[in-house]
Amino acid sequence: MSVKLTTRQVGEVTVVDASGRITLGEAASTFRDTIRDLAASGHKKLLLNLADISYIDSSGIGELVSGFTTVANQGGSVKLLNLTKRVQDLLQITKLYTVFEVHDDEAAAVRSFS
Amino acid sequence: MANSEGTQIHTVEQQLDSNLESVDSAEETVLREAGSLGFDEDDLHKIGISIRECMVNAVVHGNRYNAKKKVHLKVERGADSITIWIGDEGDGFDPADVPDPLHNDNLMKHSGRGVMLMQAFMDGFEVTTRQPKGTQVKMVKIKAVSN
Repeated sequence: MSVKLTTRQVGEVTVVDASGRITLGEAASTFRDTIRDLAASGHKKLLLNLADISYIDSSGIGELVSGFTTVANQGGSVKLLNLTKRVQDLLQITKLYTVFEVHDDEAAAVRSFS
Repeated sequence: MANSEGTQIHTVEQQLDSNLESVDSAEETVLREAGSLGFDEDDLHKIGISIRECMVNAVVHGNRYNAKKKVHLKVERGADSITIWIGDEGDGFDPADVPDPLHNDNLMKHSGRGVMLMQAFMDGFEVTTRQPKGTQVKMVKIKAVSN
């Protein structure tokens, strides 16, 4: 199963609802292109809803980090929403919990951008 | 087949092409064997991600997608553990050469976390030189004792 990404606008915040797996290959490319396209088109407040992401490998983690950097370099920010226990564990192991701002409530997450 | 302690060992060996389809195939093979041993969902996830990381290293960094080179997968299912060997035909690899992905200078790098994940998720992880050429990784996962 690959990744499926849909975007919706909540005020100034662009929420990206992701489902499936973010692994090396097409899924990681799709994820990378989506984040880059959003950043290039001026969407600089990105909230990645990973509630339905069942699986991320190290390539997927790399794309999360690259997306964070790409958007930050353009003056924006990427935050994470609704991590599964497995994705939480991955961020703990890789120490990326210290980098990403993580939320479990969408309204609070949206408010945090203002 | 039984080992020296009389434990029945079930072995699967495959030679896989150097492409990303083989990553899926190896994951499927190993998870089928691990599932039949009764690993829980969390352990199956850890085994699956470790196999994928190792296979990606073999296909991408070891064999560099070379169609003439194979990835060698061997799975041994014992009474309470599964052992996996994944070998490539590349130029060799020393895990000590991988920069520490947890160091502040490397935290935001795109890659370099695969070995750390395998070490974190498996109970045994060993890298050796494969003869006549390449790298072989041995990983072991022991089934948790249920209460």
